[in-house]
Amino acid sequence: MTEAGAEPTPTQVLIIGGGPGGYVAGIRAGQLGLSVTVVDAEPMGGTCLNVGCIPSKAVIHAADEFASTRAKTEKPEMGISLAGASVDLAATMAWKDDIVGRLNDGVAGLLQRAGARIIAGRAELLDGKTARVTTDDGEVLTIAAEHVVVATGSAPIELPHLPFGETAFGAVISSTEALALQEVPERLVVVGGGYIGLELGEAFAKLGSAVTVVEAEPQILPLYDRRLTMPVGRKLKSFGVEVLTGARALGLDPSGLLVEVGGADYGNERRTLPADRVLVTVGRRPVTDGWGLENLGLTMNGRFVAIDERCHTSMKHVWAVGDVTGEPMLAHRAMKQGEVVAEAIAGEPTVFDARAIPAIVFTDPEIVSVGLGPDEAADKLGADGVETVEGRFTLAANGRSMTLRPDQSASPADAGFIRILARADNHLVVGIQAVGQGVAELAAAFGLALEMGARLEDIADTIHAHPTVGEGLAEAAAAALGHTIHA
Amino acid sequence: MSETQTTDGESPTGGSPSGGSSTGSFIVKVPDVGEGVAEVEIVSWSVAVGDTVSRLQTVAEVMTDKATVEVPSPVDGVVAELGGAVGDVLLVGSPLIRLGLGGGAEAPGAADSAAAKAPPPERPPRSWAATDDEVETDTGESAEAGTDEVDDGGSAVRSVPHPPGVQARPHATGAPMSSDEPRSPRVTSASVAQGLAMPPFRTLEGKVLATPAVRRRARDSGVDLRMVGATGPAGRVTHEDLDAYLADRTSSGLAAGSPTPGATVARVARTGVTEQPVVGLRRRIARQMVASTSTIPHITYVEEVDMTALEELRATLNNRIDHRDPPGGATQARLTLLPFLVRALTNVLVDFPQCNAHLDDSESTAADGGGPDVLTMHEGVHVGIATQTDNGLIVPVLRHAEAHTVWSAATAIAELTEATRTGRASAEDLSGSTITITSLGALGGVVSTPVINKPEVAIVGVNKMAVRPVWNELAGEFEPRKMMNLSSSFDHRVIDGWDAANFVQALRAQLEQPALLFVDPIPGGSS
Repeated sequence: MTEAGAEPTPTQVLIIGGGPGGYVAGIRAGQLGLSVTVVDAEPMGGTCLNVGCIPSKAVIHAADEFASTRAKTEKPEMGISLAGASVDLAATMAWKDDIVGRLNDGVAGLLQRAGARIIAGRAELLDGKTARVTTDDGEVLTIAAEHVVVATGSAPIELPHLPFGETAFGAVISSTEALALQEVPERLVVVGGGYIGLELGEAFAKLGSAVTVVEAEPQILPLYDRRLTMPVGRKLKSFGVEVLTGARALGLDPSGLLVEVGGADYGNERRTLPADRVLVTVGRRPVTDGWGLENLGLTMNGRFVAIDERCHTSMKHVWAVGDVTGEPMLAHRAMKQGEVVAEAIAGEPTVFDARAIPAIVFTDPEIVSVGLGPDEAADKLGADGVETVEGRFTLAANGRSMTLRPDQSASPADAGFIRILARADNHLVVGIQAVGQGVAELAAAFGLALEMGARLEDIADTIHAHPTVGEGLAEAAAAALGHTIHA
Repeated sequence: MSETQTTDGESPTGGSPSGGSSTGSFIVKVPDVGEGVAEVEIVSWSVAVGDTVSRLQTVAEVMTDKATVEVPSPVDGVVAELGGAVGDVLLVGSPLIRLGLGGGAEAPGAADSAAAKAPPPERPPRSWAATDDEVETDTGESAEAGTDEVDDGGSAVRSVPHPPGVQARPHATGAPMSSDEPRSPRVTSASVAQGLAMPPFRTLEGKVLATPAVRRRARDSGVDLRMVGATGPAGRVTHEDLDAYLADRTSSGLAAGSPTPGATVARVARTGVTEQPVVGLRRRIARQMVASTSTIPHITYVEEVDMTALEELRATLNNRIDHRDPPGGATQARLTLLPFLVRALTNVLVDFPQCNAHLDDSESTAADGGGPDVLTMHEGVHVGIATQTDNGLIVPVLRHAEAHTVWSAATAIAELTEATRTGRASAEDLSGSTITITSLGALGGVVSTPVINKPEVAIVGVNKMAVRPVWNELAGEFEPRKMMNLSSSFDHRVIDGWDAANFVQALRAQLEQPALLFVDPIPGGSS
């Protein structure tokens, strides 16, 4: 049955996009007794669940397992030796797809339990209250909403001279296709040395690809300081990943990617990087087309939809959450915004007032950062005449970290560290970072410390369980106070 | 030489004496509460000479035409002199209170050091300029200078509804020192005594340092955490700080003396008395009533009106408002009786112009006799609507009622009375009526003796409507009818009983046959 031209379907809250921002808003709004409709052409979960955080972590974990296994076929590790190792990437991807599918169903189930209606299709806003929805079955619905939540997310940036698609040598792909490859490419060139490119590039290197990373900036992971990224760079090297910094991708030639490698060391040399796949990961753009933004004329904040602290846009009863609203484009920011927006619509006195949004790079080793880094702290606090103190604890001295490393002969610097930054005057913690194996899970403790307004003493005097990697946090705080025990 | 600083109370965060001196005196001026208010009346003093006051402690309540305002002290000090007695009227900018600074025996430094440690105020203090030039302790002299100073700075402040630190609220003179509104920024007195509280620490983004749980509790309680004194580490607002703030707010809200719940009530003789100065609006009402009844010989005429037909019409029209198709459009207030009564008045007054008038009796009431009084009859009908507010009787004015439809009058009256009850009515809204309607609705009683709103000459009082048995001559039986009395008073100096009675009968005719309300007058003759 087609409802076109019929009475509009009423809903209190129409959410465009079922990603972390949209589905959390939908669940929370439903819990608060509002009638909710969520529209998304893809299964519930958005980029994060379908082609982002979750599938990439699955592939990264599989790659780690394979690399660890294969290493034991070359020489014994921890007394373990194995006869052989092989990977069937199609089977790996099927395992990953199973995880994604379960989570898709889980999210949809949560929405339905909260009373939300899910429509598989595309929504276009005709005005601030009305949307035309074209369902995947070809039906056209008109939905009249009291409130609209724009949660359209972001998409990979496509470079004009490197369009996604088939090429003479193979294909130019985005992260989405990389997470659906059925065979391990022999030669993979990654354009963009940010977190997505390095996570995937390193994973494919572990699965057996010859990987080259092309980064225009002088360093990989340009958003993080060198101390944090150095262990990652060394590990990449150990897996045979070639990293070209200060290098520009010029375009394609029949055998691969044409690059210009800058800097005096290279003399602006041009060369071709042979490839079977070129993975372009130069960032993501907010999805501001295809859903009727032009019909609403919302105030923009650069390329993002401008919102206030309650995630309200410039138009009454039109709200926006997630990547479409700005940096950092992270799922957990969107999720919190989703909660805020639902509560705001329900009339609760809520605001998005997080003091810290953690960021994690799931490379090997992992990087986690919450709050200010050393340079930012010096800039921002220094501007107010406030000095900072820094405490650092190397994980080479952490017992649990040692038990996770098969090879103790590696440089201590590769083990990573935990670093804490605080105001010198009142010891208020302003930033915590770490690099090392398994440190991603420490984001919980780091975030809590900042959100609670912890001082160095709070952390140093908290008993941290032994033996854990997290002990290093207390040691770092103690180091900042000048009395570390184990370093 | 003593050093004196002045402030108009707008800068509660900036109270430290200049030049590093901690002695001298400090004059708190009458704040400019905006909107062209030139003078205020002192409603109550919260402090007396010799009292120690803390920064941001309320020192006085003052009242304007529209609102009662609490004035906080911007500094710590000892009260040296009050600028007037309760009931005195002071010019904006004139000295309200003089505080002695420092040197006192009372725990110097506790709050001073807190203030000194405080981060810079969010906005630079605006009104501390000219303190060096205004070294003066003579309150009489400084009144002039102070007024000028505020006039100079006034334009910069106009856009601020209330100067920060000054809490305005609708008239509530009966409850001094109590307010349900969020308080001015201040440090709770208990924590000041401990010398620990300080303004909350702000993060780089200007956010208050507090745990997420404290932040959520504050939001749910409607508390701006920037207002809460912080005792936690590194200037963090703790749960206890929030508890103290909320308790303080609650207890000050209950200061008027609510009984403790659950307390056993014994029957005892009560011997206390409460003296309440008749000040502010109450004093203005008193004067007006005395002026009216001491000069106007009132004649009051009561007639009953059958409202059944009008009530049917009103119900029909309100039903239309409720079920408008399509809904939306301009906001239309539901119709009360008032817009119909206003319509009847404007129709009838055409034939009774002497009832829509002002009588200037300044000549006949002058001590030396004088010349003739003047009765000014107005063509336009400006209807005063006597309105009860928390604070007392106020009469907003529906201007040119004759140009209103029933619909527009309904909406205009609703807006006027709402503005009056919430203290937002402008001076314009509150003056210039030519005749007044007074109605207590369901409390209207059977008969009342309204007091004329001088210099007007007539007032129409509306009594309670009730279903009463009325003898129907034709049917030979009693019928239930909606009956309502009108009790109207007239100035007998210029309106005879005959005219008063005819005026009321004409009103009654219009109301009993509502079609007449909307029928044009017969050409060339009176209706």
